[in-house]
Formats: sequence, C-alpha cells, structure tokens
Amino acid sequence: MAQGLAESHYSNPTIRWIDSRLPIFTMMHKEYGEYPAPKNFNYFWNFGALAMVVLLVMIVTGIFLAMHYTAHVDHAFNSVEAIMRDVNYGWLMRYIHMNGASMFFIVIYIHVFRGLYYGSYKQPRELLWMLGVVILLLMIMTAFLGYVLPWGQMSFWAATVITNLFSAIPLVGESIVTWLWGGFSVDNPTLNRFFALHYLLPFVIVGVVFLHVAALHITGSNNPLGIEPKSKRDTLPFHPYYTIKDMFGLGVFLIFWAMFVFFAPNYLGHPDNYIPADPLVTPPHIVPEWYFLPFYAILRAVPDKLFGVILLFGAIVVLFFLPWLDTSKVRSTRFRPVYKWFFWLFVVDCVVLGYCGAMPAEGIWLVLSQLGTIYYFGFFLVIMPLVGKFERPRPLPASISEPVLPQSGGGPLPAGATAKPMEKA
Amino acid sequence: MADTTHPEGGHGEQKSRRDFLYLTTAAVGAVGVAAFIWPFIDYMNPAADVLALASIQVDLSAVEAGQAITVMWRGKPVFVRHRTPGEIEAARAVDVDTLKDPQPDSARVQEGHDQWLVVVGICTHLGCVPLGQKPADPRGDYGGWFCPCHGSHYDTSGRARLGPAPTNLPVPEYSFMSDTRITIG
Repeated sequence: MAQGLAESHYSNPTIRWIDSRLPIFTMMHKEYGEYPAPKNFNYFWNFGALAMVVLLVMIVTGIFLAMHYTAHVDHAFNSVEAIMRDVNYGWLMRYIHMNGASMFFIVIYIHVFRGLYYGSYKQPRELLWMLGVVILLLMIMTAFLGYVLPWGQMSFWAATVITNLFSAIPLVGESIVTWLWGGFSVDNPTLNRFFALHYLLPFVIVGVVFLHVAALHITGSNNPLGIEPKSKRDTLPFHPYYTIKDMFGLGVFLIFWAMFVFFAPNYLGHPDNYIPADPLVTPPHIVPEWYFLPFYAILRAVPDKLFGVILLFGAIVVLFFLPWLDTSKVRSTRFRPVYKWFFWLFVVDCVVLGYCGAMPAEGIWLVLSQLGTIYYFGFFLVIMPLVGKFERPRPLPASISEPVLPQSGGGPLPAGATAKPMEKA
Repeated sequence: MADTTHPEGGHGEQKSRRDFLYLTTAAVGAVGVAAFIWPFIDYMNPAADVLALASIQVDLSAVEAGQAITVMWRGKPVFVRHRTPGEIEAARAVDVDTLKDPQPDSARVQEGHDQWLVVVGICTHLGCVPLGQKPADPRGDYGGWFCPCHGSHYDTSGRARLGPAPTNLPVPEYSFMSDTRITIG
C-alpha cells in the first residue's frame, strides 16, 4: 500500500487503481452493498427509493422538455402545445413529467406518514427528519413554479394568488410581491425567473437528498418495531435483500404511474389550464393541484388574511419541531395504544382537509375546514406532547428477531443458528 | 439432450437454471431500457413543425440570365443561379477527371433546364457561405463562388476547384413544377 492511497479490496486492477485514489467503489459497497438494514422492513420502506427514482425521472424529462419550451408569455403556451403535437414523443415526455409531480407527492406523503407512524423522527434521527422537511418545502416550491410554466389560466392565477400570499406581510408585503413579480403584475419577468428557478431547485433537492441519505447512513434505518437492531441477527445486507425488494416495489409503482401517463394523463390536472393565460379574466373556480389542497383548505379556513398565511406556512414549519413535540420514548405507533387513534384521526383529518380544499369555501365546507385546521395543529401542538406523557405503551420486544424467531429449542432453525445463544447487546 | 437437462448432480442443474434466469432477466431489462431510452433520443429529432417547413417552392420567373437568388431552405442558404450560355459552356469544357470531386455538369443540373443551377450555398470546407451571388461579389478564379473564410474557389457548376474545400457544393433534391417554378426538398 503506497503512501496516501486508500485501502481497496478489489482485485480488478482498473477498479483497484481508481478505488485506491477515489474510494467510490468501496463507498458504494459499504453504503448499498453490505449496509446493514433491519431485517423487518415492510413495503413502506420502499418509498425513499421510489422518491429517488421519481426525482431522477423528473430531472431527465424536465431537461428534455426545456429543450423545446420557450419561457416567454407570448410563446410559452404554444411551445407546450407544440411539444404535445409536433415534437416526437413530446406528449410522452410531458405526461410523464406532469403526472410525475403527482407521483412524487404521493410517494413523499406516504414516506412522511411512514415516518410519522413509526416515529422515524425521534432521537437520534431528528436532523434526518428535518432535512426531509427541507426537501418537502423545496418540492412544494418546485411544483408550484413548474405549474406556472405552461402559462394556462390556472398557471397564471396560481402564480397570482400564491405570490399575493406575501402581500399579507405587514409594511413590506406589497414591496415583496413587486419584487417577486419583477413588475406590477405576473408577467414576462415573472415567467422567466420562475423557469430559471424551476430548473435550479431540483438540483438543490438532489443536494439535500444526498445529505438526507448521508444522515440516514449514520443513524441507520428505523424499522416497523421502532427498536434499534441489537446484533447481526437483526439486520440483513442491503444487497441483495433490499435492492430486490426496492426493485419489486419500483415495478409495481411504475405500473401505477404508467396507468396515469397512458390512460388518464389529465385526470389529476385541471382542464382550465388548457386555456391560454388571460390577465383580464379569472376562472370562476380556481383550485390548486390535489397535493396542495389540505394546505389550501387551511388557508381559507381563517377569515384573517395574515393569520391564514401564517397557518399555511405553519402547517409545514410545525414538522420541523416534531422531534421535540412528541414526548413519547416509544417510536413505533404499534406499541402506542392511545396515540394510535389520534394518528389515524390525523390521517383522516388530512384527507378531509384535502376534500374541503377542493370544495367552495362556504357553508359546511368552511366549518369542516375550520375543524380540520384546529385538529391539524392540535394534533402536533397539544395531543403529541400530552399523549406521550400520559400514555402507557405496550411492552417492546427485546430485539427485532425475538418476535419472529422461536426461542432456543422452539422450532426448526437453520443449522448453526441454534449453536450459539442469541447475542444481546 | 437428456444428459444436459438432467445432469448427474443436482448442483449443476441449479447453476444452469440460475444462469438462465439471470440471462433472461438481463435481456428483458435491456429491452425495457432501450424502449424507455428511444423516446428521449427521438425527442431530439426534428419535430413535425420543422419537417413541415422542409420543402419550399421557388418562383424563378424574375431571375434573368446571369443573375442569382438565395433562398432559405431548412435553415440554410440555397443558391439558384440562372447561368448564361457562356457559363454553361465553361462548366462543360472542363475535363472531369482533373477535378478533386469528379462530377460532370450534366449530373448537377436537370435535363432540359441546363441554365438553372441549384446548390446548397455552404462551403464544404467548414460551413461558411461563399460569395458570388451579388453582381459586385468576387466569384473566384472559375467564375462561380469564392469562399472568403479559407479561400475555396467554385466554378459555374458549383464544383470545388481550388482551396481547401474537399467536395462540390451539394445539389439538393428538387424538381421543376413548371419552367419557372421549382420545389426544393
């Protein structure tokens, strides 16, 4: 081993030459080959990998769309239509990208609720969780910016409404909105900067995802039992056990995605966005894309402009404080008989808020939105701290293996497994 | 055959079965990847609106003998020259075998329309547009075109005669709709 070179166990001379100078093969082997993952993952642990694939597909299709897209108010709408009609496979590229945004949010929301249910945000994974919330925020911004680019009616009015949220800020609000617009209304400078930022942010997301994964590989993955692996018997090497499980999940997920792309490409969209942007006419019923509906309901539930905006942002920001709001020492909701009910009520609450967000803000929908908003914040700010203090959790298993592997002499074990007693950390 | 499908040891069978599964999986994966990549490659090919502009019609009735016009076709200049009898004669008098890209003049014009020369006006050296279309332009030593970038000379048939240009100016696909009207592309 020459001075200053990294140790490499690869025998192929070319790989070894590279690896001892830039140990990228050793790193990949360590992080994705032998990385010890708890052996009891269920399919909810697929969604991080799925999100990674969606991000890459979005970046690739996005770069290709940008090759034929024109970020100018006079040409944007027509350039998107040209992609749909004239460019080879342009329809495919756009439908993958357009539905990809929805797929991304489906995957990420399941990923977030997975973390919420199994307590993946708790010590020592607080920073891992917070990086995830940063990714969610970046995704929300990117999705919004991208929705503006086709320059249809919904694009234009989404841009107008969302940027006007900042006008609620006292004193400087109007100046901030003018600054965001680069003018006195949503116009060409706005479209241009939205395109520039929509192109930029996914690469920022890639950077934060890298940190997210790096942090994950320090603490190790959580698992459905929410207890740390105690010995080698509790883990499996990532490859091939979880590479193959992720591949299978990816196959199923891609079928789901393709179903939308090929059979219902506009199902999740809004027909009004096929009308070119008109600054003089607001569509009678504007709603955001489905993935923003719960937040939209929270915004409309509050009769005060500033307070509504504060709650809208607060609904995401509160997630940053989750590791400290949840006072329970037990991670997995499986062992939390009281919290379990509040958790599922929270899931229902998010769905109800989403439904209210799609309905007109009047009558029963307004009342439901208000109740939903109260529970949303009550869940995080009141229920989580209190339940953790008063709940008596069910007993945790001694190890990940204990509930599934029979104790010594219990049943047929592979040869060798019975030979030595279970290691206890 | 029986020997290969039922080898002596069970281990060997396991191995060939696994190899078969690996290979078929890899093959299906390769086909899938290729099927996914093709739309991305084809996406960068000319789109339908570009192809729709791929052929143009040109009216030649106003071009007098000795004059030339330049028309835009597929984003490139196309030289259409109404040659004088003297120019045609000069193009035909050359010994074809002495040319660096041997081609008789008759192969570069359409029969019965010898006075019309249609060539893509891009120097075959490195893509500049040669001079020679306007009456005041230098036309080089052979009365055709002269490329100012690196000094290539073309004759009245658009053939490379002097300088670094390796081949003649290409003749695009075109046809006469009538005596004074052509379709290029």
